[in-house]
Amino acid sequence: MLFFSFFKTLVNHEVTVELKNDISIRGTLKSVDQYLNIKLDDITVVEELKYPHLSSVKNVFIRGSVVRYVHLPAAAVDTPLLEDATRRGITDSIEIEVRLSQFADASG
Amino acid sequence: MAEVEDTGANPVNEPLDLVRLSLNELVFVKLRGDRELQGRLHAYDSHCNLVLGEVTETIYMVDDEDESENVRTVKKQSEMLFLRGDSVVLISPQQ
Repeated sequence: MLFFSFFKTLVNHEVTVELKNDISIRGTLKSVDQYLNIKLDDITVVEELKYPHLSSVKNVFIRGSVVRYVHLPAAAVDTPLLEDATRRGITDSIEIEVRLSQFADASG
Repeated sequence: MAEVEDTGANPVNEPLDLVRLSLNELVFVKLRGDRELQGRLHAYDSHCNLVLGEVTETIYMVDDEDESENVRTVKKQSEMLFLRGDSVVLISPQQ
């Protein structure tokens, strides 16, 4: 639940999702759920010539299980708060979610 | 006689407690698919999902076209990375 809360704070930020089949998709994070399924808007495939079959697609739902990495904007991540939440084993703390989202909002 | 357990502020009772000691430290992460990451650990959970900062990814590729089977390494940088736990093989403190 920590990462579910964390990703909710990154909604409307630009992220790059690298899938387990090596395709990287860049887009605006629109929503996330408890399985870390991801919805992206305004997508572009990073190596478009190599993977041309998504070039006409604008929005995608990505099943969480096929994700390898999500590259994040460092400025939108409050690392001390993340470490604190991890240490305390916070799972569903409203407080952490509110504080994380305040930080993400402040950083644009 | 049983050993008296250290009941200090940072008890190490289960494997992930060892990972907790690496928070805000450099870690080495070995992944499935001949990949390795080195970076600063900012968060983890029980699935081994991780958030790493200042990450260097190393991918090992074998050129099996010729007889020599040379191993090529490709390195990539990322300022902040979420890593899904199902790819993780091991997590180790750096040095």
